[in-house]
Amino acid sequence: MNKKEEKRLNVNYEANQKILFLEITEEIDHHTVEKIRRKADYEITRYMPRKVIFDFHHVTFMDSAGIGMVLGRYKMMNMLGGSLELINVSPMLKKIFEMSGITKICPLKEVS
Amino acid sequence: MKSLYENEMKLEFISKSNNEAFARISVAAFAAQLDPTIEELADIKTAVSEAVTNSIIHGYEDTEGIVKINCKIIGNSIIIEISDTGKGIENIEEARKPLYTSKPNLERSGMGFTIMESFMDEIKVESILGLGTKVTMKKLIKKEEESEQDIAKVLSQIGKQE
Repeated sequence: MNKKEEKRLNVNYEANQKILFLEITEEIDHHTVEKIRRKADYEITRYMPRKVIFDFHHVTFMDSAGIGMVLGRYKMMNMLGGSLELINVSPMLKKIFEMSGITKICPLKEVS
Repeated sequence: MKSLYENEMKLEFISKSNNEAFARISVAAFAAQLDPTIEELADIKTAVSEAVTNSIIHGYEDTEGIVKINCKIIGNSIIIEISDTGKGIENIEEARKPLYTSKPNLERSGMGFTIMESFMDEIKVESILGLGTKVTMKKLIKKEEESEQDIAKVLSQIGKQE
């Protein structure tokens, strides 16, 4: 169980460019989002990156809990003077992000 | 007892957040008999997830209660009824507004009802303060021929414009 929880977020930090990669590896809903958020905030405050990149490649489901989470991290990065990027967003997730207006402040990128 | 519907199922579970995934996957599995597209199935899962989450965090405010789901199939439509006996919604109109949330401190986006409305074909919200809330949603699963007809219609319209 513990081991499984640790896998919720794959972390990769590129020290040269101060970019923090956070790869989410599970479905995002109100139940899972709290742990993802806690882990993300821990890594952000630990590295103080210039840019945070959320990778959604392995996210097969997301509801509005994901919007709240991304918006919260966007505000956090804004406060720290950095930026936030979302990559590998599937069409289904894109639909939800676009509905929320998040894509206007935080562009989605296709890179893998 | 014969059901009035072509098919019907009922589900009851405790308002624990780890049941959110169970609920949406179960409803999606039931809906699968209508042969929906992956996108339609994802729409259903998302809408169910929103309604169940609402019952858990707003209806019961993280106390323990029972969330009930009743799914019916009529023709090509699935009707999903999600109800709780929680505290109820004071102002349904306000709750349904995009970006409205009664719990901004939880980083909730306030998009729950907006997502249910746009992902499903019909939605009805009934609530009585102190007694609970019932959300009824309907989605029409298009048959392959119908989608092809739609495409043909769009194509002919494009043709007319040119």
